[in-house]
Amino acid sequence: MINSDAKTILSVRDLRASVDGTEILKGLNLEVKAGEIHAIMGLNGSGKSTFSKVLAGHPDYEVTSGTIEFNGQDLSGLEPHERATAGIFLAFQYPLEIPGVSNREFLRVAYNSHRKARGEDEVDVFDFDDLIEEKTDLVKMDTSFLDRSVNEGFSGGEKKRNEILQMALLEPTLAILDETDSGLDIDALKTVAEGVNKLATPNSANLVITHYQRLLNYIVPDYVHVMCGGQIIKTGSRELALALEAKGYEWLLEEQAVAS
Amino acid sequence: MSTSVQSVVSQPYKYGFVTDVESDSIPRGLSEDIIRLISRKKNEPDFMLEFRLKAYRQWLKMTEPTWPNVSYKPINYQDIIYYSAPKQSEKLKSLDEVDPEILATFEKLGLPLSEQKRLTNVAVDAVFDSVSIATTFKEELAEHGIIFCSISEAVQDHPELIKKYLGSVVPSADNYFTALNSAVFSDGSFVYIPENTQCPMDLSTYFRINNGDSGQFERTLVVADKGSSVTYLEGCTAPMYDSNQLHAAVVELVTLDDAKINYSTVQNWFAGDKDGKGGIYNFVTKRGLCSGKNSKISWTQVETGSAITWKYPSCVLAGDNSVGEFYSVALTNNMQQADTGTKMVHVGKNTRSTIISKGISAGNSKNSYRGLVKVNPKAENARNYSQCDSMLIGDTSNANTYPYIQVQNNTGQVEHEASTSKIGEDQLFYFAQRGISPEDAVSMIISGFCRDVFNKLPMEFAAEADKLLALKLENSVG
Repeated sequence: MINSDAKTILSVRDLRASVDGTEILKGLNLEVKAGEIHAIMGLNGSGKSTFSKVLAGHPDYEVTSGTIEFNGQDLSGLEPHERATAGIFLAFQYPLEIPGVSNREFLRVAYNSHRKARGEDEVDVFDFDDLIEEKTDLVKMDTSFLDRSVNEGFSGGEKKRNEILQMALLEPTLAILDETDSGLDIDALKTVAEGVNKLATPNSANLVITHYQRLLNYIVPDYVHVMCGGQIIKTGSRELALALEAKGYEWLLEEQAVAS
Repeated sequence: MSTSVQSVVSQPYKYGFVTDVESDSIPRGLSEDIIRLISRKKNEPDFMLEFRLKAYRQWLKMTEPTWPNVSYKPINYQDIIYYSAPKQSEKLKSLDEVDPEILATFEKLGLPLSEQKRLTNVAVDAVFDSVSIATTFKEELAEHGIIFCSISEAVQDHPELIKKYLGSVVPSADNYFTALNSAVFSDGSFVYIPENTQCPMDLSTYFRINNGDSGQFERTLVVADKGSSVTYLEGCTAPMYDSNQLHAAVVELVTLDDAKINYSTVQNWFAGDKDGKGGIYNFVTKRGLCSGKNSKISWTQVETGSAITWKYPSCVLAGDNSVGEFYSVALTNNMQQADTGTKMVHVGKNTRSTIISKGISAGNSKNSYRGLVKVNPKAENARNYSQCDSMLIGDTSNANTYPYIQVQNNTGQVEHEASTSKIGEDQLFYFAQRGISPEDAVSMIISGFCRDVFNKLPMEFAAEADKLLALKLENSVG
């Protein structure tokens, strides 16, 4: 929901970043305000996923110039776990499996890390159990998943739903959904989207990274950005996503070429 | 390799101090004269000298094994001091006579020996270089008929038990290092639990190598008579030296009918520095014989130290319905090398064995599991379950599994499962993205991985083991 008076959550200016010496992001600008949903679309290799990892502070990526401000704070000095507790959440395209660590324990430690960072007391096992069962309802997940190892033996859809469960628990200010729709059938997609919509608040924002327009039928964006060559080359409304689906990316690239 | 999984620097080894005591050492090198000298110093009866000399003569004909997946510079056996004891008057009457420096050492290691401070639920035999310094709770245990003393005392006071059991499970000529140990062993612990006695407290031996040039060759013998049971704990540390020290121990366990021994080790010898300089060569033979029916031997080990580990705690399941278990966590970091595992030899009918092995390799280390499951022709209905899991941390460590299975009876059932996983940067990033710091992430991943084994450790050890692993891996990632 667009509200011009809303607080700026994320402000990215002229961001350049590389991995192993190859520059992937080449001067990216983006402003996200509270309550907004932004979609980032683009072809493979345009830098979408890199952008999400750079925001979360993945150690493989080096920011060479530009700034990222989150809630007015410069992110450059923050470790990945500090960015997380500051309120940035990344729903992974490929959630990792962690054998021997129960989902319940993982979630509890994650939740308590957030509380500790806010200067709050940790919650005990019993209070946490009540809380997490409420959250599993929200994402329509069976509580038996809590006592399995994190993501181990989960189907693609179950893994993605588990990501949304984590999001529901940690209540981030900025949630980045990296290709959350990949590998999901339509029912799973709907459930995941429903979860995300239920979690939306006027004080938080979502950044949805996707190849396809399909997901945007369920998570309706306020802005659609098209990434190409490590930059955002066009920003529009929901209609831009529909146009991309109808016509592909070619016309847009040509338009850009003419303009420059 | 990317930037964050590279700095593999362990927490400084906190037991690396040297105690300044005057020691009574014999000249370097090994010969029949040296063996006679050791035997004389210990005032041994003739049968022991014969035992040693026979072993020495066998050793001369043997060669050092080269099949383990470890590499090290050749050991010069003539450059080792085979006997080193803190200098003190004859046999000590009480703890008051022990050099205060040594008492302080054990206190620093978390093992106070004095009456007032000693641990209440564990009896301790403290071995310093070649000799046993003190054994606590001896009198209390004696009231139950339990013998817990140094093996040197046992040779003097219980020669009939020593004659009967010493070398009965691990023959002197079993391998190169057992022959060497049998020739020169200096001290160690002896335990005898009489019939139908449940040992009222855990027994423990703590080994400390202090002298930089001496080897430690200890010998442990635990005998559980019919219907008895005991839990035995073993701990080890050593100072940090640039040179390597040889530790070639032999542990023998015997269970008669319906008897049970739980033997747990937390091994934290000095592992060498991050470049592989110094550290203990740990070449140990541990074997248990379930000689009686319905008897049970369980080995639980957490191996974190040593530059090189070569060790296979084993069970010979001779008695019908006997049970052997091996639960192991072996962690290697930096330049450490470990080739460790177990042997389960099924001889009696309806024998069962379980092997759970967890290997963790970080840094540039090498960690191999090597295990044998053997079902003899007459071992009807033998069952074995083996599970060997390896975990790699970073990109430069190495894990191997060498399972050997020999089944000569077609009623046998042997199951083997193995897995290899890796703590990679992406896994840590996943934890971090949920707000969990790299240190917490590594310790969660590791304790998840080791849970099956930690559950088997006695309570005192379980918490210690968890902490020890976290400590050993501190700064190894992130």
